[in-house]
Amino acid sequence: MKDKKSVNAALKEAWAVSGSPLIQVKDLKKSFKELDALDGVSVDINKGDVVFVVGPSGSGKSTFLRCLNRLEEPTEGQILFEGVDITDPKTDINLHRQKMGMVFQQFNLFPHMSIMKNLTLGPMKLQGKSKEEAEAEAKRLLERVGLSDRADAYPNQLSGGQKQRIAIVRALCMKPDVMLFDEPTSALDPEMVGEVLAVMRDLAEEKMTMVVVTHEMAFAKEVASRVIFMADGKIVEEAAPDEFFEHPKTERLQNFLAKVL
Amino acid sequence: MNFITDFTNDFYLNFIKEDRWKYIVDGLGVTLEVTLFAVLIGIALGFIVAIIRSTHDKTGKMKFLNWLCNIYLTVIRGTPVLVQLLIIYFVIFGSVRVDKVLVAVIAFGINSGAYVAEIVRGGIMSIDAGQFEAGRSLGFNYTQTMIHIILPQALKNVLPALGNEFIVLLKETSVAGYIALEDLTKGADIIRSQTFSPMMPLLAVAAIYLAFVMMLSWLIKVLERRLRNSER
Repeated sequence: MKDKKSVNAALKEAWAVSGSPLIQVKDLKKSFKELDALDGVSVDINKGDVVFVVGPSGSGKSTFLRCLNRLEEPTEGQILFEGVDITDPKTDINLHRQKMGMVFQQFNLFPHMSIMKNLTLGPMKLQGKSKEEAEAEAKRLLERVGLSDRADAYPNQLSGGQKQRIAIVRALCMKPDVMLFDEPTSALDPEMVGEVLAVMRDLAEEKMTMVVVTHEMAFAKEVASRVIFMADGKIVEEAAPDEFFEHPKTERLQNFLAKVL
Repeated sequence: MNFITDFTNDFYLNFIKEDRWKYIVDGLGVTLEVTLFAVLIGIALGFIVAIIRSTHDKTGKMKFLNWLCNIYLTVIRGTPVLVQLLIIYFVIFGSVRVDKVLVAVIAFGINSGAYVAEIVRGGIMSIDAGQFEAGRSLGFNYTQTMIHIILPQALKNVLPALGNEFIVLLKETSVAGYIALEDLTKGADIIRSQTFSPMMPLLAVAAIYLAFVMMLSWLIKVLERRLRNSER
């Protein structure tokens, strides 16, 4: 166990000096009983990348995202995160998940805890931070998203947009190296989408590495450093946003864009 | 006037004469003792079984333990508690001298555990899968996620059902007289057999059960309200 840890530390060090991608996905496959949700996906995500993943429903984009932190167990393939193969069953995935923040479509705040408790639970229980430290950091981040007055509220007292901003802050409190967004605005009323996108835009401007699964094409065009189009469990096209939206190469992407734009 | 004289005489005969009230008070003590410790065993057993079963449901691990738990639940819920009590007293502890209170605590505790287990498991399974994923995505392992995120919510949801189970348990202990344990019901029965005047001791005992059940119901309601308030 200890050995594995030191090996991982060495791998991480080697990764840090090598300038390799933050996340390297190699030929990732995921099958549910009859269905191949992911059929060989390979992609590199560099530090500071803001990668948007779009595609029709059932294309495997959410499965892809959820495989990145192994909420979904990949059937085949490799994911190197900071130089460590996190698909290796011997890897302690919990340690690496601390460095991969995740934001869900349904927010998934903890309803039995105040907002402040939601934000400090992870840092205190997992990272050994003191209450003062954790709360100070939480307050700082709450202020950034304009919700410092809701620290003592409970999730049920918040609007959808506020819940999602809190969910983003909860992930940020762990000081992650990458943020994974799984359709963060899909469950929101239209008038609340903007406030969540504003927070994400801020993060992107701060060079946070982000992988975003979304249907917000205009937002992708504006914020993404790279856009990936998935269909039938495969990456069909991948390009910078201008190229992606103005000059789509494949017919599938052209058809898709014609429908959604 | 006749009625009042009859009542007074009856009361004297059943409760005052030869200190017969002691059967009721001592019996109540035994009933409460058995219920309290059986509840504790029931909670402990129930939670362990519920966690094993829901872990198996969620992850497919713990196959053998889950199999054992299933046998326990099937047997205990499929046979009358009185039969279980008699088996434990006359068969399992048949050849050794053992405190009857202890036997009753074990029997009712094991019995209650099976019902608590299914209540708690229902509570765990009713929590949205997203809560589990949110915990895991922060880096909590399975056990930590259970302790900090799932169980507190599950417990709150099942509190009324758990309270009800404990009320049932309190009343169920009244069959302990079958192993000659002198609990509240048995106390009334002893008085009845001495005085041949069944109405008063039995009604008194019924009133005492009722009072305790109402008190428990009230306590559970208060607790429930307090827990719910913390979410608003």
